[in-house]
Amino acid sequence: MRWFGKIPSPADLAAGDEKAEAALRRTWSTPTGVLGALSTVDHKIIGRRYIATAFVFLMLGGVLALAMRLQLAFPEARFISADRYNQIFTVHGSNMMFLFAVPVMEAMAVYLVPLMVGTRNIAFPRLNAFSYWIFLAGGLLLWISLALDTAPDVGWFAYVPLAGPQYGPGKRADIWAQMITFTEVSALAVAVEIVVTVFKLRAPGMSLDRIPIFVWSMLVTAFLVIMAMPAIMLASSSLILDRLVGTQFFNPAEGGDALLWQHLFWFFGHPEVYIIFLPAVGMVSAMISTFTQRPTFGYLPLVLAMIATGVLAFGLWVHHMFVAGLPRVGSSFFTASSMAIAIPAGTQIFCWLATLWDGRPIFKTPMLFIIGFLITFVIGGLTGVMVASVPFDTQVHDTYFVVAHFHYVLIGGSVFPLIGAIYYWFPKMTGRMMSETLGRWAFGLIFTGFHLTFFPMHILGLQGMPRRVYTYPPELPWAGLNLFVSLSAVILAAGFLIFFIDVLRSVRHGPEAGSNPWNASTLEWAMPSPPPPYNFRHIPVVESREPLWTSGETLPVATGLRLDRRELIVSSVAAADPEAREASPADSIWPFLAAIATSIMLIASIFSPWAVIWGAIPVAITLTGWFWPKQTPEDES
Amino acid sequence: MKIAPACVLFLSGCAGTQSALDADGPSALALENLIILFVAVCGIVFVLVMGVMAWALVRSPGAPDRPRPQTERSMGRVVAGAVVATFVVITFLTAASFYATPGLDRGKADPPTILVRGQQWWWQFTYLDPDPARTFQTANELHIPVGTDVRLRLEASDVIHSFWVPNLTGKQDLVPGRENALTLHASKAGVYRGQCAEFCGLQHSHMALLVIAEEPDDHARWLEAQRGAAVLPADSEAAAGKLVFMSKPCAACHTIRGTEASGTTGPDLTHVGSRSMIAAGLLDNTRGSVAAWIADPQTLKPGNNMPLVPVSSEELRQLSAYMKALR
Ligand code: HEM
Ligand SMILES: [Cu+2]
Repeated sequence: MRWFGKIPSPADLAAGDEKAEAALRRTWSTPTGVLGALSTVDHKIIGRRYIATAFVFLMLGGVLALAMRLQLAFPEARFISADRYNQIFTVHGSNMMFLFAVPVMEAMAVYLVPLMVGTRNIAFPRLNAFSYWIFLAGGLLLWISLALDTAPDVGWFAYVPLAGPQYGPGKRADIWAQMITFTEVSALAVAVEIVVTVFKLRAPGMSLDRIPIFVWSMLVTAFLVIMAMPAIMLASSSLILDRLVGTQFFNPAEGGDALLWQHLFWFFGHPEVYIIFLPAVGMVSAMISTFTQRPTFGYLPLVLAMIATGVLAFGLWVHHMFVAGLPRVGSSFFTASSMAIAIPAGTQIFCWLATLWDGRPIFKTPMLFIIGFLITFVIGGLTGVMVASVPFDTQVHDTYFVVAHFHYVLIGGSVFPLIGAIYYWFPKMTGRMMSETLGRWAFGLIFTGFHLTFFPMHILGLQGMPRRVYTYPPELPWAGLNLFVSLSAVILAAGFLIFFIDVLRSVRHGPEAGSNPWNASTLEWAMPSPPPPYNFRHIPVVESREPLWTSGETLPVATGLRLDRRELIVSSVAAADPEAREASPADSIWPFLAAIATSIMLIASIFSPWAVIWGAIPVAITLTGWFWPKQTPEDES
Repeated sequence: MKIAPACVLFLSGCAGTQSALDADGPSALALENLIILFVAVCGIVFVLVMGVMAWALVRSPGAPDRPRPQTERSMGRVVAGAVVATFVVITFLTAASFYATPGLDRGKADPPTILVRGQQWWWQFTYLDPDPARTFQTANELHIPVGTDVRLRLEASDVIHSFWVPNLTGKQDLVPGRENALTLHASKAGVYRGQCAEFCGLQHSHMALLVIAEEPDDHARWLEAQRGAAVLPADSEAAAGKLVFMSKPCAACHTIRGTEASGTTGPDLTHVGSRSMIAAGLLDNTRGSVAAWIADPQTLKPGNNMPLVPVSSEELRQLSAYMKALR
């Protein structure tokens, strides 16, 4: 900190502030107009856009869920054909996992992490812009294919040989595989940005033990993404090669192996669940601290539990393959390791309960969603212990019991905290509060609707109803519960509808929020809402884990960054001592153009392998434009 | 070993056909007990955790004057205790599931006697015999004797399927290029429904099967009858149906032993008249539904691998008579 000179007094700061602020604003603002929108690299604009897009995909996926429930409401219903139904559940699952759950969590991080660690932009902002566009292209690919009736119909895990060239004719499975590539590229890019932002751009004084738990959760998540995604990219590329070029990775008749796909897929697919869940752990920890007005109990155990979850996540993919006929000894090992993951999960729950115990809960909407989360996630976790047992799993695998289990974990464990988080951070993102009344209605309907919809599915599964069936015979005892479930899904949908209405309404008409409406403790609340383009007028200096609670109104700050060009403080990994000033890239249209070029190449490659070769040319041109060296002010001086 | 009566009461509401909670064999019974044990233990854990949460929410301690190292320390001990308790419960449940696993592997030593082949979207059963002349095939209905282990060899010819008759035991996948095995054991006579449990394409929903468990004597009689070739129908309408069958593409895909029909794409029809369902559980085996199936298989089960074979209504009547005569 010596490097930046003395900490200035508030009076010193106030003096030159007006002019300094105008200069900062000029330096960091995004130009207006379409071109500005396409070339912005502001993490807040990209983050908001990313979150909004992911929620649109949530809504569309929800519509498909309702369509499935309509078809299943009555035995032998004929609202939806078998072919359409198979497309619908495949797109629902793929959409929810790849276009909603993972991206929305990363998008929250894109928006929040730089604010929480006290910097002015994310690391690699142009890559960040690129990752959004590529994600959007992947989403459009999937949804346009559904509109054209050529959507993938092989399930979100696309098992071979069903997804292979012989039994999956047409382009459907290719579209699935390529959609994966899009979303993985985008997820990997964001993960790298987050790791570097957290390690190198933290505000002076934010040592490792002062990082907010949400930021920890995103750091662990980012590492999971980096380690898990290559497996699925390998899998989807091999599938494309099998389908397009005639390789035989997965064809047993030619020495390939159908189970190889499952190993590769689940080596990614299981950690994927934690990629979705860990950010929620961070959100819950952040909110529970604010709504009890106490630091979250057990900082160290929570961080260690998240890391343990991340490590264990890679040791239990085989529990998705318990009935595939693998050797028993291996399965026993995976039973034990799958059960073991309950221990870090339990630790997290107990720490939150201790926080509730010691604090005085404030029952605002985000808190309601946390309570809903605790109830629902505990059930989902316990059914997780059940399916982790090999013998138990032989009865419930691929039945509605599993559908119930994973929706408890995904919706209860991630979507509830996420909606709470939207209520919580909405004022920071838009400057306005959402409605407390509508929030309570939304919570009530979503929570009740959810349990009425998904709890009975456990029973349906034990009664022998397999999943992914487009219809079922009336003689089996499933009809009553299915009708009940379908009706309940309408309640759930109504809750979501109210939530969406509340969001749309509050963006314009919500009451003004002020900088810290909940009296929270972390840095993102230290600036006006919504934050100015440069985030912090002065980079704060962090002296504790709850800077806004310990330092009151006046955070100590570091000065010394230039006003006339985009500069960030680069700090050391462990102690966050400032090490250097670094230029942050300016707005640029090239990431957008590069995303278009990449999308054309990837989509065309579904039709011909030559597209990879010809398509690489525009990609190379746009990348050159993107990285073309420019004269920076540094060179002038 | 029924634990926690309340829980049984709750779960018994679920019993019914094709239910994991309606066991009729030793293996399914072990699984049912394991399910009940897990549900009971997890139910207790859930109630405890929720109790603590509710208490924490309503107790509303005084103003949050941080920091309070005293409470922090005592809470730390409680949390650590809860983590240890979790560990103990988890270890217990893991041990219980290892204990239940051998039930699935009963009689692994015997050679499999029935080959189960999953096809899009029906089941082929081959009753193996060292003497090839005594080996025969049926489809979609598996007959087994009561009270003994029956070993199944599981294979798939196209994509992955999963053999699952929950009343008798847990499921096992059929994976192309691999050979899996499963032991069935029915402790009382009856008809058990099963269904493919791994998504296998367009008509996965309509890939059911029946396991018919019969007393050993009945079973022996059934085996003898199945081994025989089809008898020439005496009834003239059925006899005419046979001629239609042989002159149309039917014979290219189906086998009827004792005739020249020896196709292998579709199910073996030698004794189709004696089965209770057709089209993998889709329709009852009545003359009417057989006729409806032949007249339009693609509307009844869209996308299945049987093409529409154009026949006149006269021929349709004869064909359905022939099918029912094949007993
Ligand atoms: C809006 C409420 C939702 C309802 C009513 C719903 C309902 C359903 C239904 C009926 C299925 C099909 C089950 C089958 O045929 O096997 C399904 C599958 C699935 N759902 Fe949801 N769902 C909802 C939200 C979500 C969310 C938020 C996620 C993820 C974050 C999600 C992830 C999945 C996945 C991964 C599948 C499996 C798809 C496949 O089998 O390929 N769902 N859901
Ligand atoms: Cu199937």
